[in-house]
Amino acid sequence: MSKHVVVPTLALVAAFACSLAVYTQGPMPGAVYDRDRPGEKRGPAPRRDLAGIWEPATPGGGIQGKGALAMDSCRRDKATGRYVVQQNPPLTDTGYATVDCLKPEIEPPYTAEGLARMKAHKPVEGYRMVPDAVNNDPILACDPGGFPRIVLHNFRTSEILQTPTHMVMLYKFQKRYRTIWTDGRELPKDPQQPAWTTADRLPPEPRWWGYSVGKWVDDYTFVARTNGFHDDRTWLDNAGLPQSDTTEVEETYHRVDANHLELSITITDPKLYTRPWVALDKLALRLQSPNLDIQEMECSPSDQKHYYEIFGNLTGLDPDAAK
Amino acid sequence: MRNRLTRTLTVTLGLLIVSVPLLAHHGAAQFDVGKKVTVKGTVTEWFWSNPHCFLRFDAASADGQVVHWAVETQSGPNILNQGFSKQTFKVGDEVTVTLEPVKNGRPMGRLLQVLLPDGSTLPLRVGDAGQPPAQN
Repeated sequence: MSKHVVVPTLALVAAFACSLAVYTQGPMPGAVYDRDRPGEKRGPAPRRDLAGIWEPATPGGGIQGKGALAMDSCRRDKATGRYVVQQNPPLTDTGYATVDCLKPEIEPPYTAEGLARMKAHKPVEGYRMVPDAVNNDPILACDPGGFPRIVLHNFRTSEILQTPTHMVMLYKFQKRYRTIWTDGRELPKDPQQPAWTTADRLPPEPRWWGYSVGKWVDDYTFVARTNGFHDDRTWLDNAGLPQSDTTEVEETYHRVDANHLELSITITDPKLYTRPWVALDKLALRLQSPNLDIQEMECSPSDQKHYYEIFGNLTGLDPDAAK
Repeated sequence: MRNRLTRTLTVTLGLLIVSVPLLAHHGAAQFDVGKKVTVKGTVTEWFWSNPHCFLRFDAASADGQVVHWAVETQSGPNILNQGFSKQTFKVGDEVTVTLEPVKNGRPMGRLLQVLLPDGSTLPLRVGDAGQPPAQN
């Protein structure tokens, strides 16, 4: 073998060996993470204030390829036997999950209907993942991921705008937004025929992002509730957990200190789940500079089409064997 | 059973050490996880998009046939600070690509590492230039 070939090859192998462990879900360019501020003195939380640009306190901390329970299941706490959040979870072949996170027994409490819908979904992540060629994940055709999937699947850098009448959540992933009303209005009483009981007098319509209202329960804790979704057009997460027109989502934002916010999500749906369950348990978010520019992460149908022309039905296992 | 457990643990341990989660939208069902192949070839397309960018290149097989390879990365925003950009590759560039192939033997996979014509490699290692200074 010539020197011309050997030297670059050795260089490649050496560089590869040095860099493998760092090629992870990367930090957002320009963002600051808790690891960047060791020993930081934590200032007091401002009163009734969520405004600002927020990023998971750990790089990639809001990405849950393995499913909604994953954030709560990456480490089993020996004392309580409960799966708890691990700030720096090890990575495996799905990119984000640990072996424990893939166990079926930590599934949410399905009803028979919920179980049937879950099994009908063919996700490309989680322990039930299938090759791309046989998936039926709606967002892979650039359908809206909707809420709460935007958080449970792919919470990236996001901005919260706070006004006297509402909170606006601006999400980087798929470049989407939603409004949480704080003007005192009530949630639609019939989530399957949702409409505001306000002067808007809009006709009932289900929504990808639902209808959201919120209020401060104390000076540092804001709770929002959302209902009025489409029926089974959105999934809760990237692993195919079902969502329906009777789903109600409760978000709790707890302002911990000057730079941190914790976000939890509880799912209630009598059609799909036998009891309310925690899908996100205190995801730590860190306040960023107001000058941080949030990148686009748009889903382009034409880009998707080109991707599948190259990779779609040509990749993976034998599609027939995977059915 | 024991062999299977041992193999699973070994694979898991290996993955913990050399984990390369390039995926943005999907898991590893179609990839031969842990396997690495290095191929030298000529770039035919570098497609910058979300949820995956991908690189296509032609390489000669052992019997002299041209093989059309395609390897994907994460989406553009996810790999900017690893040193990639829309301008990283141009058609005709000679590159050496280390990839994790798909299981079915087709010339496809996930890009793990690439040696560029100027002798540099991507992704950058932590601490290398390419990441803007932190704010806040």
